[in-house]
Amino acid sequence: MDSKAKAASIFKDNLQNFLFVLPALAIFCTFYIYPFYKMINLSFYDWRGIGPMHFIGLENYKELLGDKLWWDSMWHAGYITLIALVFQNPLAFALALACDRQIRMKRFYRVVFFIPPVLSQLVVGLIWNWILNPEMQNGQYIGLLNHYLFAWGLPQLVHNWLGDPKTALTTIAIVNSWQGFGWGFVMFLAGLQTIDKQLYEAAKIDGAGAWKTFTNVTVPMMLPVMLVVMILTILGCMQVFVLILAMVNEGLVNHTDVPVTRIFSAMQNTNRFGYACAEAVIFGMILVCVSFMTKRLSDKAKQV
Amino acid sequence: MKANRYIFWGMTKSTLIHVFLLSVALTCLFPIFWMIRCALMTNETVFVDQAIIPHHLNFGNFAVAWTKGNFAVYLLNSVIYTVSVVTGIVFISSLAAYSFSRLKFPGKNIIFYLFVAAMMIPLPGSFVALFVLMTKLHLVNTRFGYILCMINVGLSMSILLFKTFFDKMPHELEDAARIDGCGKIGIWWNMAMPFARPAIAVIVIFNSLTVWNEYILATLLLGDTNLMPLQRGIMVFQGANSTDYPVLMAGLTMAAIPIIMIYLFMQKHIVKGLSSGEMIG
Repeated sequence: MDSKAKAASIFKDNLQNFLFVLPALAIFCTFYIYPFYKMINLSFYDWRGIGPMHFIGLENYKELLGDKLWWDSMWHAGYITLIALVFQNPLAFALALACDRQIRMKRFYRVVFFIPPVLSQLVVGLIWNWILNPEMQNGQYIGLLNHYLFAWGLPQLVHNWLGDPKTALTTIAIVNSWQGFGWGFVMFLAGLQTIDKQLYEAAKIDGAGAWKTFTNVTVPMMLPVMLVVMILTILGCMQVFVLILAMVNEGLVNHTDVPVTRIFSAMQNTNRFGYACAEAVIFGMILVCVSFMTKRLSDKAKQV
Repeated sequence: MKANRYIFWGMTKSTLIHVFLLSVALTCLFPIFWMIRCALMTNETVFVDQAIIPHHLNFGNFAVAWTKGNFAVYLLNSVIYTVSVVTGIVFISSLAAYSFSRLKFPGKNIIFYLFVAAMMIPLPGSFVALFVLMTKLHLVNTRFGYILCMINVGLSMSILLFKTFFDKMPHELEDAARIDGCGKIGIWWNMAMPFARPAIAVIVIFNSLTVWNEYILATLLLGDTNLMPLQRGIMVFQGANSTDYPVLMAGLTMAAIPIIMIYLFMQKHIVKGLSSGEMIG
């Protein structure tokens, strides 16, 4: 075979191999790379979705820095995330610890705890919206929670949970944790089951008690899993949106807004596409920074 | 005596653990039970009858939601979207992953790391730009456009998962197939795909969940009620029947039951998927 034919055959081979990747690459470039670029590009323009585009440089970002509603929404999402980190993840870990032993109905628990996560945020939000319904009819509360609070002699606790600005966000955060803990549970349980049983044996021989074994064997071995669950919780909770939409709809907008709601309404309600993109860029950068910092922090914690 | 005390403590401990686990399990199940319960009541009884099991069961709400609420159309659309997106993802991502794992071409690594990077960088607001793009391409209000967008959502993760499986495939398997005269496509289809069956199961179940439950893109891209999937349809339906709780709950039940069934059948793979996803992440 002469070198020309050889080069041609190598070229043909490479081309064939590349064709395998082409469909994925084409979709990826069109629906990920291009929107990514377009998002950054549009954030420098004043644009109503149709009509002329005006280049305004960093004006959108300047306005964003002073937009109180935007930073409020960021705080709301942070609050929901904080509740999840403080309550949902420890609960998931405790449940995983309780299940990581010879125990009856283990499979049942594992199946049940993951049912809320498979439901959509919309379905979950609407179910809870109905359970938390504050209205009365024929002298009875129609929402399940208020009805039983009243029936069990706790009328002082009857409350318009989603209608009161003071409780709305916390209620949403709790429902969000209710839906989310199953993810952490399954991941923690899978992690616990990979821990070498010999480590526990060794700890026992060394005379370590249950608490000592927990802090010196279980926790260090679980650190990587905890980190992953933590980052996924942060990314998931910061972007929660449909749940809130389903639970409060348009009511109480300024008390339960999260960044995605703001982006959505800047685009849908006021047609400010450029501003929506600037919000999206800042939000994306914050998310990347937060997950990066979490990783750095835990790397440091591991070295100590 | 000491042994007795030991057993006593062991039993108390295991009872406490069961109480803890059971109460959480009950909290998980009760709202879903409550949804189904309300779906079986009428608008008159739902506000009056607060018994756990209602005195009169009424299945009419499902019929109302199915016909008047347009749920027959929404459900069919959800099935169409889920099946086509998941099929698309399995084929497109396995082809790409096979090439990344076993074949050579210039620039391969750069392209692969692009996909990996995409998984690491969250794009929470990209739907704005995506909507602009889809308008330009005249793909708003088309099934095809929505399906393509959703394929993209699951692509990176599926490619990564397939690649980890293909990397583990023994080379002898491939060599034997090549001697038998299999081409690259033949090896991918006859060797690699069967080998990656566990990965396929994980990819199918997770992407089905994502597509079935997707809301934001469906809202932006599909304004025509005949094209809407369930999640979007429920919101339209809720807007029109916001006070008719039994019918609304019947609609929610119809959206929730299929995905719960799929989950119950495939829950083994979810555990596997989450523990392998952890290694990737």
